[in-house]
Amino acid sequence: MEEYMLIFRHEDGQKVASPEQIQIWMKQTMDWIGGIAAQNKFVSGTGLPFEDSRVVRYNNVVTNGPFGDIKETIGGYIIVKASSVDEAVEFAKGSPVLQGDGNSVEVRKISRETGVQ
Amino acid sequence: MKQQELIPHLFRTEFRKITAVLCRHFGIAHIEIAEDIASDTFLSAMETWPYKGLPENPVAWLYSVAKNKAKNYLNRHRIFTENILEEINSQIPKAEDTEIDLSEKNITDSQLQMLFALCHPSLSTEAQISLSLRILCGFGIDEIADAFLTNKETINKRLFRAKEKLRTEKVLIEFPSETEINKRLETVLTTLYLLFNEGYYSESKDVVLRNELCLEAMRLAYLLTDNPQTNQPAVNALLALMCFHASRFEARKDENGEMILYEDQDETLWNQELITKGMYYFREASQGNIISKYHLEAGIAFWYTNKTNTKQKWENILQLYNKLLQMQYSPIAALNRTYALSKTNGKTVAIIEAEKLNLKDNHFYFTLLGELYTDINIEKAKINFQKAFLIAKTQTDKNIIQRKIDKLI
Repeated sequence: MEEYMLIFRHEDGQKVASPEQIQIWMKQTMDWIGGIAAQNKFVSGTGLPFEDSRVVRYNNVVTNGPFGDIKETIGGYIIVKASSVDEAVEFAKGSPVLQGDGNSVEVRKISRETGVQ
Repeated sequence: MKQQELIPHLFRTEFRKITAVLCRHFGIAHIEIAEDIASDTFLSAMETWPYKGLPENPVAWLYSVAKNKAKNYLNRHRIFTENILEEINSQIPKAEDTEIDLSEKNITDSQLQMLFALCHPSLSTEAQISLSLRILCGFGIDEIADAFLTNKETINKRLFRAKEKLRTEKVLIEFPSETEINKRLETVLTTLYLLFNEGYYSESKDVVLRNELCLEAMRLAYLLTDNPQTNQPAVNALLALMCFHASRFEARKDENGEMILYEDQDETLWNQELITKGMYYFREASQGNIISKYHLEAGIAFWYTNKTNTKQKWENILQLYNKLLQMQYSPIAALNRTYALSKTNGKTVAIIEAEKLNLKDNHFYFTLLGELYTDINIEKAKINFQKAFLIAKTQTDKNIIQRKIDKLI
């Protein structure tokens, strides 16, 4: 079993949706993650709130984040257990994030130190 | 209370107190001596009381006899060490200065300290529970064997090895330091949780024993809430969980000791006092910002104390299971979560999720699938119930499943 990180890329939901809509997405997300956890395939994960976020750039220039220019930014991630990247992709397909046009879920394998015995 | 009921009753309540106090006095290496003296005390009561009549204060009588027996033992031991092992500098105090303290405070402290000693990380979970049942709950070997669905020899061996381990590890009967308490408390809570579950889900036919296991777990959890060092949110959450579950005791079994499913329970038999107590401990548990799995389970158990079938109830239960499974996976939680999902999102959605669970050796899994397919596809419902029937281990479970099959036609 490998571990994969599913990275959600989307706009700041608070800019595009009502609190009620966000509430619905939250429930869908919780149910989606709960479904993965019920298969004993959930490792960890968290949302990454857009408020109080900063981007530190070359020469220590600090900005409030690139959200003005970019439609898709990282809004959270979860780490799942899967036997192949295809299984991880199947999990990703269920993410409510994909309901938004232009949003995406990036699937990345977590590298593990193999170590020399 | 009649005399023949009184002694077993006192054995239940006082044996553990005497053992815990003496054991702390002698050190855990001499755990058997403490047990022997406590047993001997009860033997004296059984020999004396029927002929001489009940003492005015039976508990005080037991304590003073136990004290005398302990003093005699130490005295004999002192003579032995002084006369025979003169060269060894004895650590045993002189019998004259021996004060066996059987005050209420010392009894409570001894039991709590004992609980922490018995939950020493060097012992296996089964050994921890068995020892706790023996030393802190005063259970007989037969009863422990029955609770674990095994035989006396296994339990005797297990207890013997566990005591040896406590001896070689030189485990002390004392309150661990504050950081150590926090580390060890988790094991203590696991032990109490398992002790409670042993009673709540036990397949043993003995209903009285089952209830007593749960009550003992609750009593020990209560001791923890009563002590400022251990009165922590997770402890209160666990006690709340136990209260909520225990409130349904009377409604869970019919007169033949057979399981009555939640949906069919007579809710007028649910114990409101325990529900209220559970809510009290649940509020206590909400201080601070730590959420343990006991908080989540207590939350779920709380919603189950409310029989109304509202969407809000099932939505809350579903979200609690979602969180619980992220914290710690268990097949039962996964199945219960899927059931809650069927109540909020419908059976069709739940069937898709259920088929992903892949719990093919679990009869509850096929029972759930059977339930979900009922009203949707009667053939598939039947097939799943039949699979469940085949792999169910106990007759009680088979009976429940058979009734579901019979209802389909």
